[in-house]
Amino acid sequence: MTAKAVGIDLGTTHTAIARVGFEGEGTRPRPLAVPQLVARGSVEARPLLPSFVYFAHESEGALALPWDADRTFSVGEHARSRGAESPSRVVSSAKSWLSHTGIDRRAPVLPQSAPEDVEQISPVEVAWKYLDHLSEAWEAELDPNGAPLAEHEVILAVPASFDAAARDLTIEAAYAAGMENVTLLEEPQAALYAWIDASGDDWRQHLSPGDVVLVVDIGGGTTDFSAIAVLERDGALELHRIAVGDHILLGGDNMDLTLAHVLNQTLARDGKKLDRWQMNALTHACRGAKERLLSDADVASVPVVVPSRGSDLMGGSIRTELRRNDVERLLVDGFFPAVDAAAAPAARARGGLTQIGLPYASDPAITKHLAEFLTRQAEAASSLEGFRSAGSGALLAPTAVLFNGGVVKATALRARLLDTLNGWLTSAGASPARILPGEDPDLAVARGAAYYASVRQGEGLRIRGGTARAYYVGIESPMPAVPGIDPPITALCVAPFGMEEGTEAALPPHELGVVVGEPVQFRFFGSSVRRGDEAGASIDDPGEHLEELSPIEVTLPAEGRAEGDVVPVRLRSQVTAVGTLLLEAEPFEPLETGERWKIELGVRATE
Amino acid sequence: MSFGSRIWFAWSCFFKVLFDGRFAARVEAASSPARALEEAPAAPPKDSAPEEPDPEPEPKPKPKPKPKPAGKPEKKQPPSVHAALQLLALFQREGRLVDFLKQDVASFDDAEIGAAARVVHEGCRKALDAHAQIEPVRAEDEGANVSVESGFDPASIKLTGDVRGAAPYRGVLRHRGWRATSLELPEAVGENDSHVLAPAEVEL
Repeated sequence: MTAKAVGIDLGTTHTAIARVGFEGEGTRPRPLAVPQLVARGSVEARPLLPSFVYFAHESEGALALPWDADRTFSVGEHARSRGAESPSRVVSSAKSWLSHTGIDRRAPVLPQSAPEDVEQISPVEVAWKYLDHLSEAWEAELDPNGAPLAEHEVILAVPASFDAAARDLTIEAAYAAGMENVTLLEEPQAALYAWIDASGDDWRQHLSPGDVVLVVDIGGGTTDFSAIAVLERDGALELHRIAVGDHILLGGDNMDLTLAHVLNQTLARDGKKLDRWQMNALTHACRGAKERLLSDADVASVPVVVPSRGSDLMGGSIRTELRRNDVERLLVDGFFPAVDAAAAPAARARGGLTQIGLPYASDPAITKHLAEFLTRQAEAASSLEGFRSAGSGALLAPTAVLFNGGVVKATALRARLLDTLNGWLTSAGASPARILPGEDPDLAVARGAAYYASVRQGEGLRIRGGTARAYYVGIESPMPAVPGIDPPITALCVAPFGMEEGTEAALPPHELGVVVGEPVQFRFFGSSVRRGDEAGASIDDPGEHLEELSPIEVTLPAEGRAEGDVVPVRLRSQVTAVGTLLLEAEPFEPLETGERWKIELGVRATE
Repeated sequence: MSFGSRIWFAWSCFFKVLFDGRFAARVEAASSPARALEEAPAAPPKDSAPEEPDPEPEPKPKPKPKPKPAGKPEKKQPPSVHAALQLLALFQREGRLVDFLKQDVASFDDAEIGAAARVVHEGCRKALDAHAQIEPVRAEDEGANVSVESGFDPASIKLTGDVRGAAPYRGVLRHRGWRATSLELPEAVGENDSHVLAPAEVEL
């Protein structure tokens, strides 16, 4: 009997939940429809909970739910559709804010341009609101007679590209929602688990030692790549997640917007001007038309109608059409251009004034991002002990591709991505990759997350891999200030690449000075390619493979020490069973044995 | 399901709820979202298997309980209009059905009507598929020769043309009929006037 467990996909645009081991529901993970407000006074259970929060104005009265008659905000479909009408009162894409290193992610900043009656909340609180909605819906309708959701084992899927701080903040949100038995799992791994679950015992016929599975996850707002290698060790098959890509803020919503803008220009030439509401309706209509055109090669064009804003549906609606060659030019060639393997996404020069907003990808070409990922991770497979592949040296050569996310339902986009990839592989002398047939790309992550619970209990094959990055503390070398030149930085590795859950890294011998009684910040870096650095290694010339993350901060309490004193400490790192990175400062001369202080990740830089 | 039949269906559903007390009562009874319509119009007697689409190509006509003997119809409570209003609000919200029906088509050309019909069709179809399961009463193709056994339910099969003699009746299937096997309406919450099918919108 499988133990009860719940998998949650806290997505950028949609949240989904699945559970396994519940009575009468079979042995496979089962997705659950989530009750939510869909319109004022109307509650429905839908397979996906849109990840939106809407804060009502007092004139609107309560947004009642069956379990709360006096609610003043809404989560889900109502929030999404209201958000299109009153954008300043709605929070969307909170997950991207959660991984945004440029802001204090615990500070109340959302909705960004909130009117004065709305009390802003932090990205962490937004995530908490989604989890809380699931908890409430669980108690009210999903399992009214059983234990509350928070008492179950919960697997929370997060993007593989989330850094240590973003993972920490996700756990913070889960704890705020009362979930104590919670574990993090990378989304692409969840997608592969869902595939393994769906393939049953057959999956071993699809994968064999030497395979590298590229997981391409293109959701509404984000794109993520991961590579998972298959190898045989001591006669047993092993799966290793060997590489993860960057968090790319680019997804299906960008594609719908692109189509809507082009159609809008056509309409404007005919003298038809659309307001914001109509533009939103046009984007929505484009989504449907796009899915049709990209999935059925026989359709030449699909009519797109923007309904009238008023009650005059006939006469007031605007009809236009989306043609196949427009969609192919804008989406297939625009987002998936056939580039060569050396392509790199164009980087936008930073303006002097940077508005605080999400760091959207400046190059929409997903194939270029993929090329960059495979080139940068060229050595990921060869550095894995015991792995033999026919791969080439210039790029990481996947042998199979697993697609996930709503966008990849479109066969034309999948085909273009695979063709481009296979072009690179062929010219590099490797064999072309094949597609692993997935099912249900919207719900796979939640299902795979629920499946992972049984893997943790020792059933089935576990994907190994550990942390997807190595972490470094930046220490500025003392030197006289020179205007315009940053002081050189030495990076001290505090957590090596691939640390597994429940392990601790050896203490680096370096010491850092911490002032007693006041918060001390250190610059913090991560690298998804430096696999060889051990804890304690110090790198004088970090080069381009180090990415600066939000600073870390430690405050030594004044008890037992004189305020203002400088205490030498060294840093200890540990990956918890939950899957978060725990950094602690340990004094060289402890006042009591085992004295150490937790270091906060993801604090805002003081400028 | 062809576009024409869908228009027809949406139309007939709307009036059926409004004017057919029994239908509306069943809709009302099913207004709790967790509960499906257990008793479809032509539900078989209790001894037969639970409701499932008949896999046989030529389904046997299901024996029906005899209709109530003619005479005084039972005195019924007037049905609650709440569920019907909810359904109207749903079709208006998702597919602008009320807007469409309240406009006079006479002054518009077919292109304009067609554009509007796409909005109505797409939205209402989505709403219908999400809330109701509907299957044909007869599984045969329209135009096929069919046989109607004795004891058939006159509510689910209507004989037309030269009707005379005794069962089994042989004829041509002109319309397959529709039967809702389940209907789930959104759960109504809070104190909201269900007579408001769509709120007036005022942009500030």
